Order: sequence, then structure tokens, then C-alpha cells
Amino acid sequence: MATIAHSQTTLDHHDGHDPIGNATFGFWLYLMTDCILFASIFATYAVLGHNYAGGPSGHEIFDLQYVFAETMFLLFSSTTNGIAMLAMYRNARSQVANWLMVTALLGLGFIVMEINEFVHLIQEGNGPDRSGFLSAFFTLVGTHGAHVSLGLLWMVVMIFQVLGKGLTQPVRSRLMRLSLFWHFLDLIWIGVFTVVYLMGVL
Amino acid sequence: MQETLFGKLTLSAIPYDNPIVMGAIGGATAMGLLVFGLITYFGKWGYLWKEWFTSVDHKKVGVMYIALAFVMLLRGFADALMMRMQQAIAQGGVHGYLPPDHYDQIFSAHGTIMIIFVAMPFFIGLMNLIVPLQIGARDVAYPFLNSVSFWLTASSAALVMISLGVGDFSHAGWSGYPPLSENQFSPGPGVDYWIWSLQLGGIGTLMTGINFFVTILRMRAPGMTMMKLPVFSWTILVTNVLIMLSFPVLTVALALLTLDRYLGMHFFTNDLGGNQMMFLNLFWIWGHPEVYIVILPAFGMFSEVVSTFSGKRLFGYHSMVYATVAIAVLSFVVWLHHFFTMGAGANVNAFFGIATMVIAVPTGVKVFNWLFTMYKGRVEFATPVLWTLGFIITFCIGGMTGVLLSVPPADFVLHNSEFLVAHFHNMLIPGALFGYFAGYAFWFPKAFGFRLDEKWGKRAFWLWLVGFYLAFMPLYALGFMGMPRRLVHYDNPAWQPYLLVAAAGTLVILAAIVCQAVQLVVSIRNRESLRDVTGDPWNGRTLEWAVASPPPFYNFAHIPKVETLDAFTDMKDRGIAYEVPAAYQDIHMPKNTAVGVVLGGIAFVFGFSMIWHIWWLALGATVGAVGALVLRSADDSVDYILPAQEVARLERERRQLLAAHGQSGAAADSHLAHQG
Amino acid sequence: MKHTVFKGLFILSLWPQWVLACDGDCGSRWALLDPKGPIAAHEKGLIITAFALMLLVVIPVIFMTVAFAWKYRASNKKAQYAPNWDNSHKIEAVVWAVPAVIVAILAALVWKSSHELNPYRPIQSAAKPIQVQVVSMNWKWLFIYPELGIASVNRLVIPAGVPVSFKITSDAVMSSFFIPQLGGQIYAMAGMQTRLQLVADQPGSYQGLNTQFNGDGFAGMHFETVAASSQDFESWVAQVKHGATPLNETTFKALEIPSENVPPRYFSSVEPQLFERILQKYLPNAEAGQTGRHGMTPAM
Repeated sequence: MATIAHSQTTLDHHDGHDPIGNATFGFWLYLMTDCILFASIFATYAVLGHNYAGGPSGHEIFDLQYVFAETMFLLFSSTTNGIAMLAMYRNARSQVANWLMVTALLGLGFIVMEINEFVHLIQEGNGPDRSGFLSAFFTLVGTHGAHVSLGLLWMVVMIFQVLGKGLTQPVRSRLMRLSLFWHFLDLIWIGVFTVVYLMGVL
Repeated sequence: MQETLFGKLTLSAIPYDNPIVMGAIGGATAMGLLVFGLITYFGKWGYLWKEWFTSVDHKKVGVMYIALAFVMLLRGFADALMMRMQQAIAQGGVHGYLPPDHYDQIFSAHGTIMIIFVAMPFFIGLMNLIVPLQIGARDVAYPFLNSVSFWLTASSAALVMISLGVGDFSHAGWSGYPPLSENQFSPGPGVDYWIWSLQLGGIGTLMTGINFFVTILRMRAPGMTMMKLPVFSWTILVTNVLIMLSFPVLTVALALLTLDRYLGMHFFTNDLGGNQMMFLNLFWIWGHPEVYIVILPAFGMFSEVVSTFSGKRLFGYHSMVYATVAIAVLSFVVWLHHFFTMGAGANVNAFFGIATMVIAVPTGVKVFNWLFTMYKGRVEFATPVLWTLGFIITFCIGGMTGVLLSVPPADFVLHNSEFLVAHFHNMLIPGALFGYFAGYAFWFPKAFGFRLDEKWGKRAFWLWLVGFYLAFMPLYALGFMGMPRRLVHYDNPAWQPYLLVAAAGTLVILAAIVCQAVQLVVSIRNRESLRDVTGDPWNGRTLEWAVASPPPFYNFAHIPKVETLDAFTDMKDRGIAYEVPAAYQDIHMPKNTAVGVVLGGIAFVFGFSMIWHIWWLALGATVGAVGALVLRSADDSVDYILPAQEVARLERERRQLLAAHGQSGAAADSHLAHQG
Repeated sequence: MKHTVFKGLFILSLWPQWVLACDGDCGSRWALLDPKGPIAAHEKGLIITAFALMLLVVIPVIFMTVAFAWKYRASNKKAQYAPNWDNSHKIEAVVWAVPAVIVAILAALVWKSSHELNPYRPIQSAAKPIQVQVVSMNWKWLFIYPELGIASVNRLVIPAGVPVSFKITSDAVMSSFFIPQLGGQIYAMAGMQTRLQLVADQPGSYQGLNTQFNGDGFAGMHFETVAASSQDFESWVAQVKHGATPLNETTFKALEIPSENVPPRYFSSVEPQLFERILQKYLPNAEAGQTGRHGMTPAM
């Protein structure tokens, strides 16, 4: 194998199949498995959602206005992510990086607000070890939050890649997947917002 | 300080005082040292690292999976042997040689290992080896991910192995029901070993599932429509759908138990609003499809074997495909039959009971189709065929007892009994393991270029078959005598003779495994006389036989065009099987990478430090894993071009080899070597 | 009955019976085949019927496997060889239809029997059922007779011919309560109550056990079930009531300490509502103060 000439190439040709298509398709499949993961946690929340064990109910601890503001951060970040993708199609490299930074900041705002909510609950003695309901609440919301945090990390890496490598084919392919991921997390959050917060308060 | 540095890990975690455990550790260490010494002596570390550990070649990854499965089979079987010996003697005043604490770990480890670290890597190995070849592809969709999957599986198997000597393994059974598996009742590291080995291995499996689903769906040779897809690849496709749909649920079940154990949450605890039955539901929503995940690939292997060795097309290909899909769909609506005795209502039990027995219909169809494939065929009694025939007969018995168990009121008396133990071994040993053994004998020459010795293979088969009946038929009887599973000791003297027979059965199986080891050694020694020069030792029907044995690393110099279901048979019939193409083209190949091994190592460190609450190390491992992935993503030169003239040179060499053995392309067609 | 032939085949299939010596009490040895109550008898009949139905497919398949493999062996050049024959609508129809019909019959059987043998369904009987509350503990069974105000550990005494209505829960991990000769098992789970209805036709002693592995003491977690004549039962109750040990907070706490291979014990009186309180400790909305491994409410 050492005798074989190595050459650096883009990923545009691979056995007559389209590897970007493969990568996106595979990533989409991963998102579907993630859907099942969230569905299982939602189901658990549905089962444990009223097991207060003498602790507070959702009605007592949720601040709908606060969560609504949090939600806005995430929804706007999806919009700015969309703008970054449009910039990518125009090959506007620095705009892509800038809009990704805006997206990351909005995402960070969402995460900071979520952590703040968690810290308050724990300080008031309503941590995840208080009751089955709170365990399920922290886990469902926290799993989404963990996904968003990973997305943020990924976004930071991509900002560096956009600036460092430019909008090469692999970078574009990754940006597309990141965008899919980010919109997916938006959808999940709509579910969380409805099932946990709205239905918990109403 | 001690706690910050080492968490809960102290020197007392090593069970110096337990001679049996120390013996086992000694044995395992000696074996390890022997292998290590031999590799060092022959100076093969560099070779192993460059050609195997860092390889992203699906064939080599496949071989490593199979090797892992065999190593873990030895461990899992040693556990089985110890349990059978204990139950053979521990009656009345005799308490046997194992205390409950140790016995409980053994049966928990046995189940976990046999399902997760034998059955899974065995079929995943064969799938890696064969599926891309069978569909006429040069590679899998994500070769790097494939390497990561393997090393995650290997490192989680290593976690199970190390639990032998550092701390202990779970005492809570392979299914780990809470609240027994909660901190309150299982405070030690045992359950954590179980959790993390399943969790890390499960993530590897999930990635494999996505990988092969995309591979089969998008990388088939031109002309290979879904209804021309060989039946083994079909079963693998469906298996990977099951993996993608079910493994996330296992991930959640284990993660929630982890949160209970590590952060004091209340998902499955007795108190403060936990619900233990939620775990059972989640676990079996994964667990039942998992049964089909390990059985369907074996069904595919049997199909290939029956058709090839009958010299005949598979009977009812369309039925086979529909039956496979039907089984997969039904496997998701039967999970509750694992706990009919929970006290759900009659309607619920009846629904799940009926759904369960409906699975018998497509399964029955498959059995009949195998029979009618032999009908009007020319059946060669080669080892793979023996495994298949042994499977069909034995599996029928297991299927029958399975339908019995699916009748809820019958399950009320048979649940948790030795009858149940006999039943699921009666499904999984013939239904999965015999299939993998058939596949192993069938495809071994493809991987290594020489066939396995038939004489020792047949000995192994007969001993396995007889050993199986001796070991498990008495357990059916014990079920009717009211003996529950997982007993370390019993008072009823009437049970003992049956348990003695069962113990004798495991000794026969031990002899069978010894035969398999001898078979491997003898085959390697006689490899020249067993050499497969043509790449087609069995007059094969599908594309994996169109390439050399072992295949070149790029699989196909030019991708064949598929016209019919049995593509290679068709090519041979038309005399174009060994046709030289007008010109070769450049081939695009992925480069080897050490990132897979590194990630596996990091996963091991992460699992180990989580189990022992060594937080700084767990954090460090996480940072390391993320860093490795970020670095990998920054590397754009992950593949290379193999120039056409190099392909031409390698292909010329192969043709010269064929000619030297008196086989021009045309001669090879009519050769149809059959050494059976 | 048509069952006789199948029953014969069924017994025949338990071949080790003939291989191994029988020490003279084979009758009660086959617990599942020697029912002592209507529920167990019904369940046994069900197993035999289902078994027989399946033999209709399994025996031909095993026969065909051997016959086809032998007839079409490669060395038999006289047999027909049709390498391209791979389809027959007739055969396909039969191989889908036959298993489907058998499964349809079995499905009807499942539906009917699941309802008839629902463990929650009261047994029709002239006699008024006796209530027994069962608590699974690590690693023993506690039986409370709420109407009689007595309790026992690892020994269940019931009057023969009278239906027994069990309420079952757990004070620790999950277990499964099972008296094979009287009928099916059901799980005992903390914070949940399951029900079981059994009746013993005749006086006698029957093995009872836990089938769900639940820790180190699992193997010793069995009990004797004594079905006594009504006279014997009365005198047993009187005898227990004369005993010296009540089941109160102190003795219950002592009982909650995990122990293995516990010999039978009897309690002359029981705190009222003890079973309900054990159940409530683990209910999803029980407060923290009520719970804990050994914590009973002060009201005990």
C-alpha cells in the first residue's frame, strides 16, 4: 500500500455514489434515532409527570414568561442559522461566520437561561432528586439542553473551519448537517415547551 | 485526596480472598500474556497496528469483530459451565462451591456477554465481511465510523472482562430490573459495570446500524434493485432498521437508571414517585426486537447456505423478504409478553399474547421455504448444511415452546422457570449461534483464502447438537416440576438427576468448542491443501464469490452490473464471470486511521472512571474524545486515489495465479469445485 | 376425551422421566401436571391443548426436514433436480395458510383463556372467599389475614375448598408469588397491589415460592402452603391467636431486616391497616417523611 500514490481530493467522487448525499442521509437517520430517544424520555415524563411525592407540581414551579423568553432565543437562533445557510449558498464566507456567531450567541442565551432555571430550582430544594416528576422534568429538559450545548460546540468548530478552510465541499456538507441538527432541536423544544411547560401550567 | 484521585477505587476492590475469582483472573491473564508474548516474539505489533487495528477496511473490521465474539464466547461459556456445575451439586445439605453473591454475578455476566458480546459482534462481523461484497460495493458508507463502532464494542467488552478482577459485576441479572439494580439494593460498582458496558457497546451498535442501512440502501451495484438484493443482505437491512429503532430506547433505559444511581433521581426507585415497571417496558421495547436483531441475520445465512448447497435457487424469495419484514414489524408489539405476570388486564395480555404467536406465521413460512429449497435440489452435507438442518429441527421445538409461553395463562405457570431458560436457549443457540457457525464455515474461505477442515467441523457440529439437547431438554422438564431459574441452591432431590444430565450436556458442548479450536489450528496447518484459488469454493450464487479469496482491499476492480437475483450464478451461466474489462479506472479509497482505536481507548477510560467515580478522569476522557473528533473533522485528507494502472497490475497477478492453477477464466466457470 | 392422546404424547415428550429412576413420589414431582385446584387444572389443560395444536405443524416439519434432505442428497442422482424451480403459488398458499389457521385457533384460545383465567377475576364458589394479604420482603413472605387479625411468615395456611383472595405487594424489591399446584403466579411490586384468586380442592401441602430473582437470599425464599380442612384451619387460627408475638412496629421493623432461609413464624395479632400502610409508603405521591427503607409511620 505504501507504493500507492496518495492524493488529496475533495469528497465529490466515491464509487459512483454521492458521499455528501450519504453523509446527509446518514445524519438524518441519526436524527430519527434521536427522535426515538426523545420519544422514550417524553413517554417516561408522561408516566412520572404526576408523581410529585409531596414535592411541587409543575404549576407551582414553572414561570411561563421566563420560558417563553427562553424559547424566543432558540427560535431566533434558528432564523439566524437559516440566514447563515443562505449566505453559504451565496458563497459569502465572512457573512456565514458572522451569522453563525449570532446563532451561537442566541443559543448560548438559551442555555444560560436554562441553567439559571435549573440552579434556582435546585436552590429551592426542588432538584431532580426531589420526586419522580422532577427527575423526569430535569432529564427531559436537560437532555435537550445537552444537545443544544453540543450543537454550540459544533458551531464554534464550524466557525473556525469556515474562517480557516473556507467554504470547501466538506465544510458545506457539515454546515448543512449542523443546520439540520439545529432545526431538529427547535422542533423538539416546541414539544418540550408544549408538553412540559404549557400543559404543566394550564 | 485518595477519594479525589481514585474515587471509590481501592486495593480492596481486587478480590484476593476469593480463590475461584483469582483462578479465573489467573487463567485470563495467562492467556492474555501468552498472546501478548507470541505477538512480541514474532514482532507482529507493527503489523497488527498498521494492517488491522487502524484499518477501516470492512473485511478486516469484520474479522476483528468475529475474533472478539469467539474470545467472549469462551468467557460466556466458562460462566455457563460454572453455573451448571453449581446446580448439579448444590442440593439439600450441599451448598456447592459458589456463594450466592458470586453465582448471581455469573448468570448476570453470562446473559450480558452472550447477547451483547458474542451474538452481536459475531453477526456484525459476518455482516461487515460479506455485505459490501454481496451488494457489489467497494466499501461501507462510513468506513471511519465503522472502525469507531468496533473499538467501542471492544472496549465495552474489555470493561466486562476487567470487572472480573477489579470490583465485581452486576448481581441483578442481565436484564437488571430495578429496584434491585438501584443503589438501595445494589450499592457496589457491579451494576455500573453492566450499565456502562451495555451503554458504550450500544452506541457502537447504533452507529453500525446507520452505517449498514445506508450502505445497503445507497451503495448497491447498478441493476441490483431491492428485489434482486440477496436474502442475507435483506435480513441485514431489516436488522439494521431494528437496531436504529430499538437501541435508542435501551440508551434511555440505561441512562435513566444511571441518573437514579449517580444523581439520586427517582425514575425506578421504590420511593418518591419512581416506577419500576417503566424500566421493564423500556428495557423490553429494546429487548424483544434485540432477539430478532440476533436471529434475522442467521435466517439470512441459513437461506444462503441452503440455496448454495442445494445447487438451486432459494424457494419463495419474495415470501422470504415479506416474512422478514413482517417479523421485524411484529417484534415491536410483543414486548409485554416478558411480563404477563405484572397483573395487566386480560385484554392487554391477550393482545400481546396473540401478537406474539402471530410471529410464528412468517417464521413458519421461512422454515417451509428452506425445506422447499432443498426439494428437487442436490443437497451437499457440508458443515454449513449440517448446522442448518440441526437448526431447523431444533428451532421447531423452541418455536413450539415459545408459542406455549405466549398463552398468558400458560405463562403464569411457566414464567421465570427453567422452562423459560430452556425455551430462549432453544431459540438463540440454534436460531442465532448455529446460523453464525454456518456462516463462519461458509464464508471463512472468502476471508482467508482457504477452507476450514470438514472433519473437525462435523465433529464440532454433532457434539454441539447432542450437547444442546442434553443440556436444555432436562430444563423443560424441570420447568414442569416447578423449578425457578437462577437458583444457587435447592432442596428438592427430584430435580438433581435432571441437572446432572444438563451439566453433562455442557461438558459435551465443551468438547464441541474444543473441536472448533482444533478445526482452526488444523485448517491453518493444512491451508495449502484447503486453498481456495478461484474465490468460489462452493459454486456460490452471489457477488461475494466473484472476487478473489481473500478479496483485494478495493473489493471489485470494476463494479459488476447485476441482472438477476443470483447475480454470480447468472454471470457464470453467461460466461462473463471472469471477464477482463477493457480498461480499469482509478479507485477512491479511505485511508487508515488511528482515531478509532484512540476513541475506543478513551471510551474504556471513561467507562472505568465513571464506574469508580473518578470524576477528573471521566472529564478528561470526555475532553479527549471531543478533541479527537474535532481534530479528525479538521483533517480533509482522509482518502486517496488508487491509480488504474495499479489496479490493473493487481488484477493481472490474480489472473496469473488462476492460470498457474490451471484455471483460465472459462475453466474456472466449469470447475465448480466441490469438496463438501 | 380427545385430550388423552395428546396428553400421552405430552408426557412422552418429558423423556427424562423414563431415562432416570423414579423414587416413588412422581405424582407431586411434576408440580405443573398435578394440579390441586381448578385454576391450575385449567392452566394445565390449556398447555396440553396448545401443545397438541402445535404438534400438527411441528411433527410434519421435522419429518419433512429429514425426508427432503435425505431424498435430495447430492449422491442420489435418481432424484429429480430442478435448479431453477423457485416458486409455486400452491405451496406458498399452503405454507402461509396452515400456520395462519393454527395461530388463529390459538388466538381464540388466548383471548378466551386470558379472560377466564384473569387472576383478578373472583372464583365462583358457594363458600365466602378468605382474604389474605401477601407482602414480599427480603427474603421471606409475610401473610396477613386481615379478617382474622393474625399473620404468618413463610407458611401459608388456607382452608381447603374455600377460595382465597390474595392482595399482593412488596416491601422491598420485585418478587413473584407462585403456588404451582394451585395456579399461576403474579408479581409483587412495591407501591403497587396485584391480585390473585386461588382455591385448593383438597387438603394437602403444596410448595410455594418466589420465581423472580431478587438478590442473594432468592434461593431460600419459599414457603409451604397448607390447605387444611375447615376444622383444622379453625384450630390453627385459634392456636396462632394464642401465641405471644404481635405484629407491631417493633416486630415489623425486625422483620424488615434482610434475612435468608427464614423458618415459619406466627403473629397473634396484627396492627390494623398494616398492609395498606406498606403499600402507601411507596405510592407515587407518598411524601419523603413516610418513606425510607425501614421507616414506618409513627402511628404504627
